[in-house]
Amino acid sequence: MSAVIQSAPPRRERSFAIGWADAGPFIALAALLVIGFLINPDFLSATNLSNVITRSAFIAIIAVGATFVISSGGLDLSVGSMAAFITGVTIMFMNGMVPHLGTWSVPAGMAVALFAGIACGLLNGLIVTVGKIEPFIATLGTMGIFRALITYLSDGGTIPIDRSLRDVYRPVYFGTVTGIPIPIMISLAVAAIGSFILYKTKYGRKCAAVGANADVARYSGISIIKTRTIAYLIQGACVAIAAICYVPRLGAATPTTGVLWELQVITAVVIGGTALRGGKGHIWGTVAGGVILELIANLMVLSDFVSEYLVAAVQGVIIIIAMLIQRFSK
Amino acid sequence: MTRNKWIAAAALGALLVAGEASAADKKVVAVSIPAADHGWTAGVVYHAQAAAKEINAAFPDVEVIVKTSPSATAQVSALEDLSAGRKLDALVILPQTSEELTMPVKAVKDSGAFITVVDRGLNDPAIQDLYVAGDNIAVGKNTAKFLVDKLGGKGNLVVLRGIPTVIDDERIKGFQDGIAGTDLKILDIQYANWNSDDAFKLMQDYLAKYPQIDAVWANDDDMLLGVLEAVKESGRTDIKFALGGNGMKDIVKKVIDGDAMTPVETPYPPSMIKTAIYMTVANLVGHAPVRGNVKLDAPLITKDNAAEFYFPDSPF
Repeated sequence: MSAVIQSAPPRRERSFAIGWADAGPFIALAALLVIGFLINPDFLSATNLSNVITRSAFIAIIAVGATFVISSGGLDLSVGSMAAFITGVTIMFMNGMVPHLGTWSVPAGMAVALFAGIACGLLNGLIVTVGKIEPFIATLGTMGIFRALITYLSDGGTIPIDRSLRDVYRPVYFGTVTGIPIPIMISLAVAAIGSFILYKTKYGRKCAAVGANADVARYSGISIIKTRTIAYLIQGACVAIAAICYVPRLGAATPTTGVLWELQVITAVVIGGTALRGGKGHIWGTVAGGVILELIANLMVLSDFVSEYLVAAVQGVIIIIAMLIQRFSK
Repeated sequence: MTRNKWIAAAALGALLVAGEASAADKKVVAVSIPAADHGWTAGVVYHAQAAAKEINAAFPDVEVIVKTSPSATAQVSALEDLSAGRKLDALVILPQTSEELTMPVKAVKDSGAFITVVDRGLNDPAIQDLYVAGDNIAVGKNTAKFLVDKLGGKGNLVVLRGIPTVIDDERIKGFQDGIAGTDLKILDIQYANWNSDDAFKLMQDYLAKYPQIDAVWANDDDMLLGVLEAVKESGRTDIKFALGGNGMKDIVKKVIDGDAMTPVETPYPPSMIKTAIYMTVANLVGHAPVRGNVKLDAPLITKDNAAEFYFPDSPF
């Protein structure tokens, strides 16, 4: 009980004034932008930044969900495979509905994607909570299941979207509203809703309490099963939203779609300031973390002094430095 | 009661023996390949199954069995399973890895089977009776030659490579040899993991970095799909050619349709497994000796010969 009381007030303060702890990832982001500009002035060109931030939308959206899961003391390794699976199911549904619904099969497909995402999230959640299996193992299992399902659905090849839908659906990734690419708008909206739920609702407080200390939370009358299962549901919905934005980019699902996204997602969450062991989550930090990851990859290509063989090593070093900047800015 | 059981068991045993005898009359060709986990291996599975179906229908005394395995370990087990039940007359194998499969294949060879190795060689080439593979160097070289011709030996190129492996190195080497001595300049070369998404991102970055790009070469068609989307979205008009490699049906279709940006393609065809199965069966039934090394060329696929390389029903 005491832990909950102690951990609740600071969260309330933070929702009114942004403290230093939350600024960490943004300081790292700003530093990266300056370094990038010094290396290659093209880095800050509107086209490049808009490309990169748009690309980071998938990871950012999924990572908002992961912030809930990790904050509540869980982990989800299945998000990359789940994204691929939902993408495949969505495209197949849309293609199948073309003769009946025409271009209306796009919104119908989006609804199916959301439904599939929530179902997948529920599956993960129930295995972890009711089945009482370690999240790492449970979601490692479903990761294999989702990956195998997309491979099966595509016969190992590609599931392309119907040509008649491509042009209708294309703007969801490539379109802009008042000059801002739609995926960026969507990820901002997801993050805004996510931060509202995490910081302003009773559920958000339960989530952090369960992550900080599950036993104490249980003694204070919080249902751990319910709280964690809902976190996985939110994760599934976020993966579905990311998949909805992803489909129009290349217009196809393949067995290699979303490979290793889970690691990028977890990295984004941790760079964003959320501890892997659970506790309070930092939604906007997570979004900044997603952008940082994509910017680093972009910078590797735009700079000339890294051999193509060493790119991954330099990325690793930059991620660690970004974490150190955060640690010392606290 | 007990007596009845014994009679039933004896009858069952007799049936089994009889079944085995009729199966033994057939020549058994086992085909062991990786499971479909990306476009190219999906193509291999498709062509292997097509070959099995065609041959089983055409030659009643030959039975082709196709077994796919998701990993090297699983493939070793699959070999044991295949050869445990009955004597294999031939084995056609596309090994997951050279190291782990060498000894198990040798064990099958020692049982008297004809061994055909496809694509990836074993550590000991003495084991194989027939080796069928594509030509990765030619994939790079023929693409380079085309660009040298079409761009008049002058221009700026960007290249996307796959995953650090021998296949990737050979393609890049062939390409670099192909443009050596011309004024074609490779502005940049980076890994994109044979993945459409990574290629899309990398191409966006190339476009941001270089104001003038004459041609792009992605050494695999999955990556080419990402490249084409990035180029299309950028609205840039300086890129004259975007070429791939491998023989994906979508890209071959572009060649057939006379696409301006992708007018040619180089094959590293998954159908090589079918070629290998047919040759192996020829050796068994046709008294046609086929021992040796067969290197399938990577001829430029153009509008004229594209039909030969177009498999609309294949997943790849």
